[in-house]
Amino acid sequence: MMATQNRTTGVGRVLVVVYGILAVAATGRSVFQIIDRFGLAPVAFILSAVSAIVYIVATVALVAPGIVWYRVALATISFELLGVLVVGTITVVAPDLIGVHSNDAFGTTATVWSSYGLGYLLVPLVLPVLGLVYLRSRGRAAAQVA
Amino acid sequence: MIVWFAIVQIAIAVLGGLLCLVLGLAGRKPNDYSLGSAALVEVLLLAQLVIALIAPAVGNRAIGSVPEFYIYQVAALIMVPLAVFWALVQRDRWSTVVVGVANLAIAVMLFRMYQIWVLGIA
Repeated sequence: MMATQNRTTGVGRVLVVVYGILAVAATGRSVFQIIDRFGLAPVAFILSAVSAIVYIVATVALVAPGIVWYRVALATISFELLGVLVVGTITVVAPDLIGVHSNDAFGTTATVWSSYGLGYLLVPLVLPVLGLVYLRSRGRAAAQVA
Repeated sequence: MIVWFAIVQIAIAVLGGLLCLVLGLAGRKPNDYSLGSAALVEVLLLAQLVIALIAPAVGNRAIGSVPEFYIYQVAALIMVPLAVFWALVQRDRWSTVVVGVANLAIAVMLFRMYQIWVLGIA
């Protein structure tokens, strides 16, 4: 079992792919928003960029072996869950707080986390939960081997 | 963008994606059908790129942002081979599911490209 302990195997590889796709989507969107119309909603677009960086780091951390990367994955994925819940709530309840004037998840000032990630079919809301469940099972398996 | 071509392309990506998900969850390793669907999606993406390059010259211009369209186009072209590579690192049922997820993501990206080019939605 040593061979599989630190590697991303089985269903984890599907998780990595979804993370990778979301990382690309968030990066593409935030880079484009910042170049094209940063002045329109700077706070929202910075949040967009932050989420993109977090998704990239989380994707790498899920693939990379070792306890340090495991902790990085745990931290980034927890941060994502927090981010989607906080930003999701702000965009629904008081979008003006981050300088956007609508909670339209498909609009010009939408971020990955707007309306709990509705513009991305709620994947940003579901994914961190699945990620944490996966990390927990992987941590347990590693503990059993050790 | 040629609307009927985009619709056919999205339909094939969705069907290919669902096929791979079903095959993968049924425990099949990657085979000619699942990998073939990814190959077909990639060939159609190349055709879409050629269409997008030629279309403005014949009066078919994007209503929305052209750079945004090409971000999706290029990302989609790269994504399929990457996903297939990642799938084949270890050949098991999840490899097939991975290819299916990629196909479905391409369908979403194509829909966004259609929105940008034809409807002008940012």
